[in-house]
Amino acid sequence: MDQAIAPRSLRRFGLQTGHFLVLALFIIFTALPFAWMLITAFKQNTDLYNPLNNPFWFNEPPTLDQWRYVFTKTMYARWLVNTAFVGVMVVGITLLLAIPAGYSLARFLGRWGEQLGIGIFLVYLVPPTLLFIPMARVVTALGLQNTLWSLVVTYPTITVPFSTWLLMGFFKSIPRDLEEAALVDGYSRLGAFLRIVLPLAVPGIITVIIFSFTLSAQEFVYALTFVTATAQKTVSIGVPSDMVRGDIFDWGPLMGSAFLASVPVAILYYFVLDRFVSGFTAAGAIR
Amino acid sequence: MALAQPIAAALSRGRHLLERERVLGPLFLAPAFLYIVLLVGFPFVFAIYLSMTDATTGNPYASFVGLQNFIEIVQSPVFRRALKNTFVFTISSQVLVIVLAKVLALALNRDFRGKGVVLFLLLLPWVAPISLATIGWLWIFHARFSIIDWILRAVGLLPPNANMFWLGRPDLAMVAVITVHVWRMLPFSTVILLAGLTSIPKDILDQAEVDGAGFWRKLFQITIPLLLPVISVAILFGTIFTFTDMAVVYVLTRGGPFDTTQVLSSLAFFKGIVGGNLGVGAAISLFLFPVLFIAAVLILRLARRAEVV
Repeated sequence: MDQAIAPRSLRRFGLQTGHFLVLALFIIFTALPFAWMLITAFKQNTDLYNPLNNPFWFNEPPTLDQWRYVFTKTMYARWLVNTAFVGVMVVGITLLLAIPAGYSLARFLGRWGEQLGIGIFLVYLVPPTLLFIPMARVVTALGLQNTLWSLVVTYPTITVPFSTWLLMGFFKSIPRDLEEAALVDGYSRLGAFLRIVLPLAVPGIITVIIFSFTLSAQEFVYALTFVTATAQKTVSIGVPSDMVRGDIFDWGPLMGSAFLASVPVAILYYFVLDRFVSGFTAAGAIR
Repeated sequence: MALAQPIAAALSRGRHLLERERVLGPLFLAPAFLYIVLLVGFPFVFAIYLSMTDATTGNPYASFVGLQNFIEIVQSPVFRRALKNTFVFTISSQVLVIVLAKVLALALNRDFRGKGVVLFLLLLPWVAPISLATIGWLWIFHARFSIIDWILRAVGLLPPNANMFWLGRPDLAMVAVITVHVWRMLPFSTVILLAGLTSIPKDILDQAEVDGAGFWRKLFQITIPLLLPVISVAILFGTIFTFTDMAVVYVLTRGGPFDTTQVLSSLAFFKGIVGGNLGVGAAISLFLFPVLFIAAVLILRLARRAEVV
């Protein structure tokens, strides 16, 4: 008996260790740059710039100097505010455009809605790198170059298509009977939408809010193209371009500011990732 | 008094119109639709126009030059290198991503303690802003303080005081760019494959086990075939994202050393925006379009097949 059990539990132990090892290796790969950023941001420069020192540990006591530099000698705080401003504005525009559009595609347009929905989803795949040159001209024509408004106006091209698609799916999952009952109860068509359907769609709307905000915070190409004034930059371009003086990289402040801006965005995004991914799989394969 | 009645009538007719789905439908869709036409459709047409002019940032009054920009860039070695690089980066990173994502998805397709934290750490590359994350890699590949070099020296693979100069040599710089692309897209593909894995009915796998199928047999004869549509979704979207990305190359190498890691989008940026040659830049960007178009057609096909099933 014992002999029969031993190899089996041994095998299980082996499998579990293997499982653990596989995951550990992957985590080292995915999280390493961030761990490395975090350590770097608390190191003294003399520790950092000695190739003989163990880079993974503190060879000299940790310091807050790098952070002090970030917040007093650079426009970092301003960039954070800019990023938040653009994010909030983009969220507002996206909701205004995508909620009615998603509802219209889900309820009013029938078979056409389905086709148009996929069409709008495909617009999401048009990358900024295809359009940034003519878009720069458009931004100049509108007199928005070098302002945050250039980003407020253009980012919804990325957020609206996907949000419309997500909300369309969401509205479809809300039973039609609820609206019909509301109409019988004397609500107008619009009233039924605003009072009955919208409250039920709150989870979808929250997803769209987070999605649009994080996407604005992540965007790089348009920001790099339209904004060159330091004070008007967002975090995603301010840090890689303005924290480097000539050829001199201040690695401590650079790593600190990259880490500090990445993590909140990552946490927000993490919460909606499931819905985001189901948007993709719904477009392609699983229904 | 005399006026009130027509106004009331018009109002009630207006309200009546708002009750009709025929009216409400287009009305609801119109703002988003117009916005997309104005800020995606128009710029796209404008890109095609610009690509056939000699427009520069300084000179808004461009003249038509036909296909001259295209002829010029196709003959330029830097462009050809960029075109090739774009494909090399995309294909090699996607192959690696799919294999790794498959392994990782299998490892994640069960419950264990702390799964939420593990998932978060694994998803970081996708959910963090790419330009900031790539700065982390820039530091990892640093010419003198690279931690990879430090480890290589520590285990004796590199002599003391020696460096690899990851971003200073064309071959290693390509490796670096591919590494970052793999790192970036791995979480995305993993989560999509995981969604597919969890949708495979458990009784099929149980039945196969009863019939005596082992791990590998189940993997290659059940899981992978059933996952094929999901795998294609991951590949299609991954390809689009990698193919059109500019942030990784821009932050990591600026296309260097000597334009050897340039890709279509970064080259378009340097020629069109930095160099001010809008016509040429727009023409280079347009080379992204055929691949996007093919990917879009394939996505539509997948969607249609899924509808039939």
